[in-house]
Amino acid sequence: MGQYEVVIGLEVHVELKTKTKIFCGCPTEFGGEPNTHVCPICLGLPGVLPVLNKKVLEFATKAGLALNCKIAEFSKFDRKNYFYPDLPKAYQISQYDLPIAEQGYLDINVNGQTKRIGITRLHMEEDAGKLVHQGLTISSSNSSLVDYNRTGVPLIEIVSEPDLRSAEEAKAYLEMLKAIMEYIDVSDVKMEQGSLRCDANVSIRPMGSKEFGTKTEVKNLNSFRSVQRAIEYEIARQIDIVEEGGKIIQETRTWDENKGITLSLRSKEEAHDYRYFPDPDLTPLVISREWVEELKAGLPELPAFKKERLIKEHGLPEYDAGVITSSRALAEFYDKTVSLHPDYKAVSNWIMVELLKLLNAENLEITDSKITPQGLAKMLKMIEKGTISGKIAKQVFEEMFNTGKDPEVIVKEKGLVQISDEGQISTIVDQVIANNPKSVQDFKAGKEKAIGFLVGQVMKETRGQANPGVVNKLLKEKLTKL
Amino acid sequence: MKISIKDVEHVALLSRLELTEEEKQEQLRELNKILDYMEILNKVDTSQVEPLAHVLPLQNVLREDELRATLPKEKVLQNAPEEDEGMFKVPKIV
Ligand SMILES: [Zn+2]
Repeated sequence: MGQYEVVIGLEVHVELKTKTKIFCGCPTEFGGEPNTHVCPICLGLPGVLPVLNKKVLEFATKAGLALNCKIAEFSKFDRKNYFYPDLPKAYQISQYDLPIAEQGYLDINVNGQTKRIGITRLHMEEDAGKLVHQGLTISSSNSSLVDYNRTGVPLIEIVSEPDLRSAEEAKAYLEMLKAIMEYIDVSDVKMEQGSLRCDANVSIRPMGSKEFGTKTEVKNLNSFRSVQRAIEYEIARQIDIVEEGGKIIQETRTWDENKGITLSLRSKEEAHDYRYFPDPDLTPLVISREWVEELKAGLPELPAFKKERLIKEHGLPEYDAGVITSSRALAEFYDKTVSLHPDYKAVSNWIMVELLKLLNAENLEITDSKITPQGLAKMLKMIEKGTISGKIAKQVFEEMFNTGKDPEVIVKEKGLVQISDEGQISTIVDQVIANNPKSVQDFKAGKEKAIGFLVGQVMKETRGQANPGVVNKLLKEKLTKL
Repeated sequence: MKISIKDVEHVALLSRLELTEEEKQEQLRELNKILDYMEILNKVDTSQVEPLAHVLPLQNVLREDELRATLPKEKVLQNAPEEDEGMFKVPKIV
């Protein structure tokens, strides 16, 4: 492994969240009955005239700006010709030599190191339809069914430079790209739903070599995890071949998630011949600099900047700041909570530990949970005032997460108020001391740790509601007097 | 610029056309004739001319992101060679 350098470039398709399709007024919304979100334009019937959706141009330009690209002054659409049943016109409207944006970059962070990854180009195009294979398995079916609802849904394709050097870097790049698209609000960027798709070009070369090795293109990467796994597999496969004196074949391979391998998609290898030419139905685009400046001025604070701010101004650890800013919704939740309760560390800890734990356990996005910044801020104030202990707060938090109830209501309903009354706690401490002579002896014999067990017993007796500070104080007082 | 019978076969495949030997020869003659015309155009010095992106002096023709009526499903499927479950049925493609 050490003597090879890995070279990876990613091609990412992002579905834009416009109301209507790129060249017609059909809805882009998911879940319609097959072939009900179509019209003569997206079906490619003769005599129709596609017209570009203004929002698509705006979103693509915003995406280009957020990725530090140069926005073209002159851009156009081209026809990419190929026969496939999911493409009703037998060509896809895309952009060939004059894409809307070129020569950008984004910065990724891997192992505490920042690295700049070049973006070759970003262009607009239309999505294709969906093929449904009939029969139980692909091989047993002898026909395919086509649903054209997705045909003409706007996409941007973002092509990176071959600057990525590991599967981990590729994943970091994709995560950053996703976060940026989310922040500028041009896409839902959900890999599971296909609004973010990724193909990887992978090759290896001897360390120090300037020439690129033969690359393979890996497709069907449906999650961040599969991006990383598939690339790792492909690197290992290529190294094996080279080590055994073989040659890498330039080909497209598909990732099999269940088997954890990539497979050759060798079709009748008629080399792609797309015969691009300018689409005569669509007029060229002349992009005014004023408009571009206007869009640039309207961009929100992007994740990298936000992360810097949380580290520098809020004193958060780099890792925590990275996680919180990796999702726009999470960052907004944090911002809102600290605006109500400016204890940055506490807010960040509750998000990093409890919130992410619950979200991951149920595989939810923060927007799916019922918890609100108002709720969390209020709960943190209750801890600060000593109304509830940090331990009880975890229970309250989980309840807020599931029901969205006010923390005060939860505490009242469940009788979770912290007991700080020394008289009340004192009685229980006495009981615990009387019931655990062994631990008391241990403590007396100098085993400081024994006190932890006794504190635990008091907490158990009070169902976690005793103020731990008071418990500790009373126990120590009473034990030393014994 | 002359093309060969191989080029004719390639273009025919891309266009999903099945040609007989005779038709291939005929296409070869026809296509070469067209390319001969192109040769005449190639004599014009275009080194200072921007490639044409559109034949009309139009630019930035855009529409608002507004919904318009979709086609009723019966009409959508009217041209389908075969239909099943509201979808176009085509030979299996992998
Ligand atoms: Zn349509």
